[in-house]
Amino acid sequence: MELRKNYFADQRKDDLHEIGQPRPRSDSPGHVTGKTAYFADRNFPGMLHLKMVRSPHHHARIRSIDTSEAEKHPGVVKILTAKDVPHNVYTILILIQIGPEDETVLADGKVRWKGEAVVAVLAESERAAQEAAAKVKVDYEVLPAVFDMEEALKPGAPIVNEYHGQNHYLYDSGECRKVRFGDVEAGFASADHVLEQSYQSSPIEHAPTETTGCVVAPEGNDRFTCYTNTQAMFFTLDNTSIILQMPGSKLHFVGGTVGGGFGGKVDVIVEPIAILGAKLTGRPVCFVYSREEEMQISSPRAAEKVVIKDGVMKDGRIVARKVTGYTDAGAYSRHSPYGAQKGAGHYPGPYTIPNVWIDTYCVYTNRTPSSAMRGFGVTIGDFALEVQMDKLARLIGLDPLEFRFINAYRDGDMKAHRQPTEGAALIECMQEASRAANWPVAEKYLAMSSYAKGA
Amino acid sequence: MAIRRGRGVAAINYPTGMNLGGDPTQALVHSTPTGNFMVTLSSVDLGQGMKQIMAQICAETIGVPTDRVVVDTADTDTGPHCMGTFASRGTHRAGNAVIQAAREARQVMLEVAAEELEVNASDLETDGEGNILVKGAPQKSISIFDVALSAHFKRGRSISGRGMFLIPRSYPEKETGAMKPSTCYAHACTVAEVEVDDETGEVTVLTVKNIFEIGRALNPKMVEQQLVGGSWMGISHALYETTEPYYPNRDHGGTDFNQYLMPGPGDLAQTEIIVLERPSADGPYGAKGPGEMCANPQIPAVANAVFDAVGVRIDTLPITPERILRALKAETPN
Repeated sequence: MELRKNYFADQRKDDLHEIGQPRPRSDSPGHVTGKTAYFADRNFPGMLHLKMVRSPHHHARIRSIDTSEAEKHPGVVKILTAKDVPHNVYTILILIQIGPEDETVLADGKVRWKGEAVVAVLAESERAAQEAAAKVKVDYEVLPAVFDMEEALKPGAPIVNEYHGQNHYLYDSGECRKVRFGDVEAGFASADHVLEQSYQSSPIEHAPTETTGCVVAPEGNDRFTCYTNTQAMFFTLDNTSIILQMPGSKLHFVGGTVGGGFGGKVDVIVEPIAILGAKLTGRPVCFVYSREEEMQISSPRAAEKVVIKDGVMKDGRIVARKVTGYTDAGAYSRHSPYGAQKGAGHYPGPYTIPNVWIDTYCVYTNRTPSSAMRGFGVTIGDFALEVQMDKLARLIGLDPLEFRFINAYRDGDMKAHRQPTEGAALIECMQEASRAANWPVAEKYLAMSSYAKGA
Repeated sequence: MAIRRGRGVAAINYPTGMNLGGDPTQALVHSTPTGNFMVTLSSVDLGQGMKQIMAQICAETIGVPTDRVVVDTADTDTGPHCMGTFASRGTHRAGNAVIQAAREARQVMLEVAAEELEVNASDLETDGEGNILVKGAPQKSISIFDVALSAHFKRGRSISGRGMFLIPRSYPEKETGAMKPSTCYAHACTVAEVEVDDETGEVTVLTVKNIFEIGRALNPKMVEQQLVGGSWMGISHALYETTEPYYPNRDHGGTDFNQYLMPGPGDLAQTEIIVLERPSADGPYGAKGPGEMCANPQIPAVANAVFDAVGVRIDTLPITPERILRALKAETPN
């Protein structure tokens, strides 16, 4: 790595003692010698193991659940179903008033994705819990499922989630989050070329080294200590408090040392049911995802579809950009309404475009609920935007890097969501890329600056 | 049939924080009689090194070496509130809270030292090595260890501070979408060079040159590890990863690391990282949040390089050999 101090030297005093120094990490020796304690290093006498009975169907009505055989299995201590969960229907962003509550801790009457948790089995060993889970009999009536976002949005499509009533999130702005800036149709009408293209991604797994999980220990005084690898301690504690209808003062969360998150550990999935198990049995409980659960049950990065329509002039100026983004939330909201909205605030990318129209949709389908992941609401959008930029440059016969200089935002430029640009540095990154990659651009682009014109 | 070479470029920006949800984090700092300082948080270290960075920020602000600072996180009984580690917010939000707490603690520390040295606190400075000196008369000094002892056992003072950083929630305007989704933006530009085998569809990323502008590199070694890892992840997203290879079909999803593909050591591109620093107005010592954005520009850069190499656009991720071969086949009618 190289620090290029010649850029922005006028904005920076390099007079610090500890900041800017490549100090060795104090936790590294523990990590590399296996001495760092993670949640799973907590082991308590009498600890129970929790395993889930999961839906084999993408969408089905539950006619009945029979746990009688499972209860007789040696080592089984407790079996939990929906009726055991005090506030079974929840949604995590209710903490910031983004409802409705749309997801069940344990399925109640219906499953909406293949892998959904239906029954929790607590047993003396992982093996006993797994074997007993296989003996739980669930009678399903399979329902039509919808997997494709376009199909899901058509009239008459099967309704994925009745708590929403339609297969998209309803924002205060309507069926999508909107950004309107300038007159995009007038921009297209004045453009030399108009290019509309569609981009698609599929779900991606966070793949942390350490799978999602927690260990819960009753403190013996109606309080419960939860050792967890959540990325957000109080966010998880507060949601657990709602789900279990238990005052937050009864909950004690310990964590902060995590073997990789990447956004995959900000849902609240394992902690509430494990604490409920500890409360109802009076025993410590361990609930850890297997690698298979981490891959196919835990929320992935959403599949997205992004449609971009641009109007561009022969001289390289983009005069209008219309973006329609679709986020496949799967069966439940989790963080997806937020991610789709974050996308609306990100488009049209780091370019100054006078006419912009953005619609972002959060769509429900019968698949594993998606949620946050590194680059949430932005990563796939950037793929679409920057491939589109390459296509536009080639369409009008400009060098792809020079084309970006022509449109790059600078300090003071008004963004589509009506914030003036501050602290821009795109131009300087591209100047350095031109040098480092030996990708020549015209001298006038090397003389540009992100600072406001005339500043 | 041939190995074809191409290169592509992409440029991006990325927001720090989650203003659209409200964004508070708190920190507490106190000294112990050992002269060490404790930073107490409920923030989570995901492995990126948050504890180390908070220690360096606290040390810089108080004026002591980093190894005199211990970070205690994350216990909800002892640590003050933090929204969590996500949205590239950890360093920016918690760092600002730590600075505020450390400033308050530093002020008490200087007041106690002033009493011991019989000068005004405003006439004192720290030497960064564990001592407090009188400005212009450095022979008149006291160690921070002695100041801590004095505070605890003689002066009855608590060398401590409280820190809070809150970005108020921004509500998007319904019709126009006017909003303030972030506080500052990091930037990047990546140039990727690939080889594509037009017989097998296989892509080899030869080089990635990543330019990142991240505000301030608080610890350059840790910045490097995060940016190199992020660059790898971007390439992995571009060419390999998905839990549903035939989306929207649900079948063929990987359930372990044999089936869920990611690049291994033999697939690593020659990776170059160049960092620019334009300090952000509101970040701790000018830092922005580079944690997420460093994995983004490689994806379109690789996609554009594949087009440059073989002349077909793959607009669906991941860019698998199968997709490339199908696109090449569609281009050349039999």
